[in-house]
Amino acid sequence: MAEPLVEAPLLEARGLIKRFGGIVATDNLSLAVEPGEIHAVIGPNGAGKTTLIAQLSGELRSDAGTIRFAGEDVTDLPVYDRSRRGLARSFQITSVFRAFTALENVALALQAHDSHSFRFWKDASRDPALVEPARRMLEQVGLGARAEIAAAELAHGEQRQLEIAMALATGPRMLLLDEPMAGMGRDEAVRMTAFLRTLKQSETILLIEHDMDVVFALADRITVLVYGRAIASGTPAEIRVNQEVRQAYLGEDEHA
Amino acid sequence: MISSLDRSRIFVLLLLAALALLPIVATIGGEEFYIGQFRRILIFAIAAISLDLILGYGGMVSLGHAAFLGAGAYVVAILVHHASEETRFLGFIPGTFEPLIAWPAAMLVSAALAFFIGLVSLRTSGVYFIMITLAFAQMVYYVFVSWRAYGGDDGLRFRGGDTLAGFIDLGNDVVFYYVVFAVLLGVLYLGQRLVKSRFGRVIEGCRENERRMRALGFPTYRYKLTAFTLAGAVAGLAGALFATQESYISPSIMHWTRSGDLIIMVILGGMGTLYGPLVGAVVFMLMEKFLPDYTQHWQIVFGPILVLIVLFARRGVFGWLLPARPGGGGHG
Ligand SMILES: Nc1ncnc2c1ncn2[C@@H]1O[C@H](COP(=O)(O)OP(=O)(O)OP(=O)(O)O)[C@@H](O)[C@H]1O
Ligand SMILES: [Mg+2]
Repeated sequence: MAEPLVEAPLLEARGLIKRFGGIVATDNLSLAVEPGEIHAVIGPNGAGKTTLIAQLSGELRSDAGTIRFAGEDVTDLPVYDRSRRGLARSFQITSVFRAFTALENVALALQAHDSHSFRFWKDASRDPALVEPARRMLEQVGLGARAEIAAAELAHGEQRQLEIAMALATGPRMLLLDEPMAGMGRDEAVRMTAFLRTLKQSETILLIEHDMDVVFALADRITVLVYGRAIASGTPAEIRVNQEVRQAYLGEDEHA
Repeated sequence: MISSLDRSRIFVLLLLAALALLPIVATIGGEEFYIGQFRRILIFAIAAISLDLILGYGGMVSLGHAAFLGAGAYVVAILVHHASEETRFLGFIPGTFEPLIAWPAAMLVSAALAFFIGLVSLRTSGVYFIMITLAFAQMVYYVFVSWRAYGGDDGLRFRGGDTLAGFIDLGNDVVFYYVVFAVLLGVLYLGQRLVKSRFGRVIEGCRENERRMRALGFPTYRYKLTAFTLAGAVAGLAGALFATQESYISPSIMHWTRSGDLIIMVILGGMGTLYGPLVGAVVFMLMEKFLPDYTQHWQIVFGPILVLIVLFARRGVFGWLLPARPGGGGHG
């Protein structure tokens, strides 16, 4: 397969709409993420950020709009298909396999992208093709010493790290990270920020995050979402001075 | 942790050894009656183990598993029936007395039935899944109730079909017992490989968190359907053994309460443990057999026992022996 043009966005959403009854959670939203960038989406609670991720990852069907990923129209593809094409997500509310160990969690994520799993004979827990890279992946996110611990018994911050490790283990072309630092302690958040910075060298990321310091430190572009609408999109510097954003979201009351 | 693993391993070995010696002990003790009794138990254990694959490992609460058991049993009954009548099923499929043909045919038919039922049912989950599998099983049940050619409600009695590979006499209680025992061991071994394989991992992942599985890139429906079909095939094999043992079959084998019994065996013995359902089948069927000797109202006793087990040993009798598993619910 030929590589798509370097200039083309890796992910491009056009005119996305999602309604929940009377609520318009995503309101004619368009968004483009360039390869190699961290594109942050910010907005107040209930702005529709998680809904957007659910639409991009395929968990929610959009009422209107199209989504292109890596040069292909993926609007009608199911979740697993988008994942197989390299679109990985993490969950705002930790979603791991609680009864599995940390290592098994990551190994399963690796397995998802190592051909098919109609393999009935060999012991998966002794499969070096899964176990060894899984260990490396855990080291990478700082969970190396916790490999054999069941996910349910990991501390909250560790579960968040595991969440990222699993997304990474699918070998994605792009990560959709929904508040990776949600509920983390201060030290953990600092470490996660540093980790995301190292990821930036190799991954394209759509990042949802409430902590403005983190967003402005990491993002190449920022899209501001309010009531499902993108009221602004631009570089951190542009967003910082954008009047509409200051009024609607960053809060003009901050000048005190 | 290691000691409890060893404990369960020792327990399994003791149990299997006891089952292996049972016909000898029963013969010496002059209690041959137990051989047939336990053979029946082992046959239901095979069905319960197959259910454990989807219920315990896959988290698919199917209330229709007896349909696959029944379909397998009817395949054997119908093939033997046509062989002795020297007629053909639907006018073109000849019958057979040979279990080596009839049993695999039973597995195939049950697998096909499970595939089609799964195809529809697995689109749903939770309570809907329970209801849909139940509804399909009842449909199959009523087909056989009204199929007069094969006895309908009264069932079908047949003769023959008890010589395996031309020389193994299944009419001999002990011989047939060991054949069933060998099948059980085979099912346990293959089951063990399967649940530890990549496929088994996927099935367990679907139980734990199917949404996450899809996000990771697994087309979960296909894997669940495959597990459902495999479980149906093994239940069909149990049904085939059952028909061969009884030389008689009636729709009651696939009554929905039978599906319920199988679920109880799995829960009683320990979900997601493979060996647990074997223990569950032994305990359940012995209770069913002997509790009535003590009281007519044995079910009143049995019910609370079950509730206690579910409350205090969520992984069943067998689960007591295994290391606690977080999230999967430990004991006590
Ligand atoms: N499944 C659903 N059914 C009905 N309404 C929903 C559903 N999911 C989200 N909503 C509504 O859509 C809007 C956007 O929700 P969403 O979770 O996407 O916001 P968010 O930006 O992620 O918020 P937060 O910062 O709190 O995570 C909210 O008003 C929410 O109540
Ligand atoms: Mg959210």
